[in-house]
Amino acid sequence: MDEKQELLSLLSTDAREDVDDIARQLGTDAETVVSLLDELESDGTVRGYQAVIDWDNTDSQHVAAFVELNVELDRETGYKEIADRIARFPAVESLRLVSGDYDFAIEVTGDSMQDVSQFISEQIAPIPEITQTVTHFIMETYKEAGIDFGDRDDDDRLSVSP
Amino acid sequence: MTLQPNDRVATTPESGIRKFFELAEERDDVISLGVGEPDFSAPWAARTAAIHSLEAGKTSYTANRGKLELRQAIADHVSQWGHTYTPDSEILVTTGASEAVDLALRTFLDPGDTVAVHQPTYISYKPGVRFAGGEPLSVPTGADNDFVLTPEALREAGAAEADALIFCYPNNPTGAVMSADEIAAVAEFCVDNDIDVIADEIYAALTYDGDHTSIATMPNMRERTVVINGFSKAYAMTGLRLGYAMGPADAIEAMNRVHQYTMLSAPTTAQYAAIEALRSCQESINEMATEFNRRRRFVISRFEEMGLDCFTAKGAFYAFPACGGDDEAFAENLLEEQGVAVVPGSVFGPGGAGHLRISYATGMRDLKEAMTRIESFVADR
Repeated sequence: MDEKQELLSLLSTDAREDVDDIARQLGTDAETVVSLLDELESDGTVRGYQAVIDWDNTDSQHVAAFVELNVELDRETGYKEIADRIARFPAVESLRLVSGDYDFAIEVTGDSMQDVSQFISEQIAPIPEITQTVTHFIMETYKEAGIDFGDRDDDDRLSVSP
Repeated sequence: MTLQPNDRVATTPESGIRKFFELAEERDDVISLGVGEPDFSAPWAARTAAIHSLEAGKTSYTANRGKLELRQAIADHVSQWGHTYTPDSEILVTTGASEAVDLALRTFLDPGDTVAVHQPTYISYKPGVRFAGGEPLSVPTGADNDFVLTPEALREAGAAEADALIFCYPNNPTGAVMSADEIAAVAEFCVDNDIDVIADEIYAALTYDGDHTSIATMPNMRERTVVINGFSKAYAMTGLRLGYAMGPADAIEAMNRVHQYTMLSAPTTAQYAAIEALRSCQESINEMATEFNRRRRFVISRFEEMGLDCFTAKGAFYAFPACGGDDEAFAENLLEEQGVAVVPGSVFGPGGAGHLRISYATGMRDLKEAMTRIESFVADR
């Protein structure tokens, strides 16, 4: 693995490490890490750094839904044009073109189920190219971004062993 | 008197690790860098295979030598290190690598035979030699030479007269790895002096600067070497107790005679887990090794920043910094004052004095906190 790949692999495990600790783990110096990060950010490889939050552990209202979208393309409108229009809504957390029974898979968040339903029916469904929406409210999250929410990491090893 | 242990057992002291285990267990705020096993669990696919085997009622003995399918998978797996062993006759599956070491000693030692054991090293070898009726002979290695075993050290210690050598690289507790040339020199010494070798290669998959070289692959060594490995360290399967021994057919046949009368066969459930581990879990294993390597670099660079001499360990999951004084006192005070458990190097034999074994088989968060605590402990001295 080259240094860039190693840095990406480390960031995908824990993006909150400070630059000095990253440098120590990669066996390089802090300046190198800073310039690699600059490069990865400016060429659009690293798009952001976010926490993985288990919203069920907070007091805040947080409702999310996966929505399947079917679309009809015409001569002037391709997937890209439709995607651009959907992506602009802040409530759309993710947007992907997928293979299979439907075209786009999007994730929408809001403060309540009503909030989310209203957004789909008033903002998404009326887009002329969209022919069908199927909304799946998320009832429970067990794992996200590679992190198992059920795994509380209890270390039951002997504290000292040969 | 009833149930009196024999002299060999009675004169073997309890492991020095025990004391630190008990001290560490007394408190609940301890970060332990004293653990000799991975902090990962066995790969899920391997655990699933074990569960399925239980569901299917696979709870009987296997062949004494282990399931042939497993031996075949082991033969394929170890070919990456240049090993060529025939699954039918040259591989024996054991209850942990520990059983394999014990079997080798009980199979090949005659009463009073001398076994050279390089120091510092894993704590079980010398007692194992004694229990098998042999006499261990310490051969020192030191920080001045990156804990590498040399023919000179062997000669000086009188090992030319030894009957066998226990050879463990990548090494516990130092993390030292020997180069092919250095291993070749030891191999030549063994051939010249007709010394059998028990090569404990349990950390072979955890090397961070080039691939593992096995002493058994050196000229004229295959016929005098028993290679021991297992699933505990690289596959995070310590509790499943599964290892293996490989060697010439006659040697494995002899070891199997002891094994069949004392163990019958290695745990069946673990064998199913191991087959799956070898079949499909290489990626999890690589990820673990990548993570260990990051922590290794982190730990070594932190020790350097603190001003503790720490040679660049290139294998296993241990660093072995010098603590600049009495290692036992250092470890006890560190535990007392900062709640960080480490194992004093002298526990692993004379050459380990003045050093600490630092296991980095601990998550980064704890590792960082532990290093910060050690740093302030060192600064206070």
